[in-house]
Order: sequence, then structure tokens, then C-alpha cells
Amino acid sequence: MSMNRRRLIQTASAGGLLAASGLAAPALAQGARIRIGYVSPQSGPLAAFSEADQFVIDAFAAATGDTFEVIVKDSQSNPNRAADVAQELIIDDAVSMILVASTPETTNPVATVAESEGIPVLSTTAPWQPWFIGQQGNPTDPGSWRPFDYAFHYFWGLEDVIAVFAAMWDQFDTNGQVGGLFPNDGDGNAWGDPVNGLPPAMSERGYTIVDPGRYQNLTDDFTAQINAFKAANAEILTGVVIPPDFTTFWNQAKQQGFNPKAASIGKAILFPQSLEALGESGHNLSSEVWWTPTHPFSSSLTGQSAAEMAAAFTQATGRPWTQPIGFVHSLFEMAADVMGRVDDADDPDAVAEAIAATELETIVGRIAFDGAGLPPFAATNVAKTPLVGGQWRLNDGVWDLVVVDNSTAPQIPTGGRMQPL
Amino acid sequence: MIWVDTILQGVLLGGLYALFAAGLSLVFGIMRLVNLAHGDLIVLAAYLILGVTTLLGLHPFLAVFLAVPLMFGIGYALQLGVLNRVLGDDILPPLLVTFGLSIVLQNVLLETASADSRRLPAGETAVEALNLGPVTVGLLPFLTFASAIAVIAALQYLFYRTAMGRAFRAVSDDPVTASLMGIRPASVFALATGIAMVVVTIAALYLGMRATFDPAIGPSRLIYAFEAVIIGGLGSLWGTLAGGVVIGVAQTVGAAINPEWQILAGHVAFLVVLLIRPRGLFPRAVD
Repeated sequence: MSMNRRRLIQTASAGGLLAASGLAAPALAQGARIRIGYVSPQSGPLAAFSEADQFVIDAFAAATGDTFEVIVKDSQSNPNRAADVAQELIIDDAVSMILVASTPETTNPVATVAESEGIPVLSTTAPWQPWFIGQQGNPTDPGSWRPFDYAFHYFWGLEDVIAVFAAMWDQFDTNGQVGGLFPNDGDGNAWGDPVNGLPPAMSERGYTIVDPGRYQNLTDDFTAQINAFKAANAEILTGVVIPPDFTTFWNQAKQQGFNPKAASIGKAILFPQSLEALGESGHNLSSEVWWTPTHPFSSSLTGQSAAEMAAAFTQATGRPWTQPIGFVHSLFEMAADVMGRVDDADDPDAVAEAIAATELETIVGRIAFDGAGLPPFAATNVAKTPLVGGQWRLNDGVWDLVVVDNSTAPQIPTGGRMQPL
Repeated sequence: MIWVDTILQGVLLGGLYALFAAGLSLVFGIMRLVNLAHGDLIVLAAYLILGVTTLLGLHPFLAVFLAVPLMFGIGYALQLGVLNRVLGDDILPPLLVTFGLSIVLQNVLLETASADSRRLPAGETAVEALNLGPVTVGLLPFLTFASAIAVIAALQYLFYRTAMGRAFRAVSDDPVTASLMGIRPASVFALATGIAMVVVTIAALYLGMRATFDPAIGPSRLIYAFEAVIIGGLGSLWGTLAGGVVIGVAQTVGAAINPEWQILAGHVAFLVVLLIRPRGLFPRAVD
């Protein structure tokens, strides 16, 4: 994987030299390729988000031929590194547009750098609140929030994850006590926010969230949280946890006798690898589901349905499908669509205008920045995609993510009902 | 009951920190060498165990038996080939060499193993629990603490009951007189670092099964190890265990009050001990 990536970057920069020599002729000579930067966490604790990157980029190159040149950068799961590589893309590689995916720790630094440098950036795979509010100068004062000129984002929001988790828990009887695991990072602070996060919204739906407080990522010990949840007799566990920490927490919870009836965790159990690390104790853990092979959408680039794309991924890599396949692919669909509608790819204002005017049926559903389902302050820069709830089931040694609740997006079929742990 | 549990879990966590610190304490006690690469050597050992586990399909508890002689060899060679050359009256050169070694190790691991977080696959052992009446503790933290006691007892025996230990103490007190008695300080030092690396490997085993590791986490482990050594008193092995427990308990109690205080509470406990007893809890008589 890393070898391939390196080779890709090498060929990309070699191609860049050719393009540069061509630019001695009139600007945008015939055959000059549009340069697109792509930033994602290909190594580090968030690496599972980027497993499908190579597959998607290969498919994009096959579908668009010589039109684009994609320059790939690894954020190493580190926000500072993400900002650095965004600078490199803008200054050294002179890209026309940046694509960025996977968690606020990657999307926010890249979007902030691109916005300040005046380069259009399309971002996804982070709930929109940490993305939009997290980039504001003063996140606690809604009056000071300003829309962005060049930064655009599409994904679901906290209101969706709240509705999905509550709908899943409503499927069977519990005492309504919920243990909340919220780390001190972009997602954790947004999800655990006592005013705009999960706790107030869940109490409206009859669930009480026990929130012991923010902890540091990559903690060695979760005794305090486990004791707080046991003391509150929590029958449900929720939170937004990075994958390594959830393994540490879940092992310790089992060791110390904390056994909730339901555990709906954001971010940590999105991937089959995380479940493989957990082993059998991961059966029936639930999480938010943004994309599956059963989603009734197809790619505007390749014409593949979601099921066909997942099958192609498994065939190409020998790995089970993962949710980011759809979203990373949709980023490149958007890039191709936007660049197809501008005359000069190097005019940032024209590109930003074209992004804002997007109306595209993609592999993750319809994307349009029309403000549907969003508060007015976010309407310019954010578009929403559907979210449902699913449970991991271990069938004959293979992990399967089954959609168990679609009350928030009825067009997506369910594959079963919620089961207690 | 929650407080009993919190403190017990803290004591068990302290066992892990004591394991981090025991090797450091040993090396410092014998040759007054502050090994700033100690944390990175723990990470290196964890990758070695992981490598053996994946290559041979062994459980980490078995893989460690292959990793231990390897790490002993690495420690022996490191001391003989590099560190012995810089030991002397000036404490600065060895400090700088180990500092450089720390950076080299981190980058070599980053280059060969990537920045991915890894974990030693412990299977069912990772979630097994022991029911101790009112509280349940994990089998793994319990084994960690038991190993810490065993390691320190073994080191204590080695130090005060064997000929090798006598040689260690002799070169520690006065290398010149010791060499007049037929002891070669260079090879004694190499042996000591080799033994310290054995302890490091055991620490790596439990670290890798409890949490995840990546090439960059070494320095943060070094801080806990340092604090445990200093709280316990320089050169005192049982003191090192006490130091680890103080940090572990401070962390879990801090987290029980508010999880934001978990890491901070350990460091505050260290500063408080330094204020009250600047030489640590159990300082060796003369230094």
C-alpha cells in the first residue's frame, strides 16, 4: 500500500514536471492536466479510514483518463501534519482544488489552510458541526460564526446521529441510563457538548447521559469511566471514540464487569478491522452507518451501484467492504463534476462557485448545497447525506454490518432488527 | 466501594509503570547513566514481540521468550559498542548519546513499521476477569502487577545475593578499585544493560497487550518511568515499585474526580513528593 502510494506520488510529480514544461506554451495548453490534491490519514490511529483510497483513486484515473492528476498526501492522523501537507499542496504543487476526508482532525486543518489561501476545498467524512463550528474563531458564540468562501463539506450531523441512536435504543426496553465516552478532541467536544451535543437532545427523548468528562485520547486506563457507568447503572453505552481506545475500554469494561445491553459507538467500530481486534465480544455492537452496499445509489463516474462497487473493492483487495469506499469515491465524483462545469480550473472563485451550484446524484446520494435540513448559518457551505443505524454480526467468522434502523432515511433498506448485546 | 476499586486499579496500573521504571533504575543505579532512549527501547521491544507473534503465530506470552534473548543481545551490544565509550566523569556525553539514540530509534521504527497503532493480539486473555468479592480486576492488569513484583524481587536477589550483584555494586561504588580486584567494569556494565533490556521486554509485553503502541509513544512512557524512579528514590528497586504505584493511583483517583485530570494528577503527585522528600521516598543511604 505505502509502496504503491509512493509510486503514485512519484509518477504524479514526474507528470507534474511534464505539465510544467508544457506551461511554457500558452497557459492551459492542450493536454495540461487539472491538479487535484487529496489529503487523508493513511497511517496512524485513523488509518482504517483510508483503506480504500488507492482503490478509489485507481478507479478515478481509469474513468477520467488524462484529465486529472491526483496528488496524494498522508496526514499521519496528525492535525499539524495535515495542515503542513495542505500548505505543500497549495504552494509546491499548485493544485486547483483540494479534497480531504476522514475526521475533523484531518478535514479542519486542511479546510482552514485552503480557505485562508483562497483554494477551493471539498471535505467529507466528519459530522458537519465539528467541521463548521470547529473552524470558527469563537466556537461558543454563534453570533460570530461566518460562512466560508472556498470550503465546502458534505456529511451528516449530530442531529442525525442522535435520531439514529435513539431510534435503535427505542427498539427494546432499557432503563434509559446511558454512559457517554467523549474524548477531548474535535468530535468528543462536539458530541458531548452540554448545550448542542448528545446530552440535551437525548434527555428530550427520555435518555439520561452520564458524562464523566473529557479524557485524553490513547489513555491507558478507563476505570473512572467504567465505575461512573456502573454507579449510574447504565444499560446503554455511547460515545465517539478512536478505534485503539475503544479496544482498551471494551477490554477493561469486560474485565471489570460492566456489561451494557446496547453499545452504540461512533467512529471506533466503523471498520471490520476494529471488530477483528475486539474478537467475539464485538458481536451486536452498533454504530452509525453512512454507507453500505445496500444503499440504493450509484456512481455518476463509473455507473456502478453501491453493491457493485463494494464487490469490486473486495475483488481488487481481498478485503471486506468498508464505509469510506462510498464517501471517498463521491469526493472524486464531485471533483470531476465541478471541474467539468468550469472554464478555467485555476480560477478559485469560479471553482468555488461551481461547487456551490452542485446538484449531483452520487454513490452516497444526492449532494446539493441548498441548505436542506440545516440551520441558516451552515446552509452555504454544508450539504447533508442520509444516515441510518446498524449492528455488527459475526456470521461464520465474517463480520457483517446489518442496517437495523432506517427511520431517519426510509429509502435505505434494513436487514434486520436491533438485538441486545 | 468505588474508591476501593479506583485505588486497586491504580495500584495495578502502577505495576505497569514500575515495569517501565525498573530497567531505568537498574542502569542508573549501577553506572549513573540516564538513558533517555529507555521509552523508545520499550517500543522497540514491543515491535519485536509483535514481529515474533505474527511471524510464528505464537501467543505474545510465548513470543516474549524469543524476544528476551534478542533484546538482551541488543542491550549488551549497545553498552559495549556505544555507551561505554562515552561514560566518564562528565554526565553530559552519555545523556546526549541516548537522546540521539531516542530520535534514531523513533525514526527507524517509523520507517519500517509505519505510524500505525499496533497492539499485541492477546485473544481471550485480554478480557478475562478475576472476581475478588466486591471488586473485579482484569487478569491482565493483575499479571502485570505480579510480574512487576517478581521482576523487582529477582533484581533485588541478583543485586544483593549473587556474585554478579556484588560485581554490580562494586563497580557502582568504585570502578577503579573494582578493576584492581579483577572485575572488568566494561563487561559488567554491558551485562547490566542487557538485564535492563530483559526487564524492558517484559514491560513491552504488558504495554502492548493493555494498550496500543506506535513509534512515537516512547518519550511519554519515559516520563512515567523517570517519575517512578525519582519518587521511589534513586537506586532503590522496591522504591521504584512504590513510585509506580503512587503515579498509578494518582492517575486513577484524578480520573475518578474528572477524567480531564487523569494525566495531570500523576505529574502533580510527582511534584508533591519532590517538594516533601526531594530525595524520594526510599533513597539509598549514600550517594
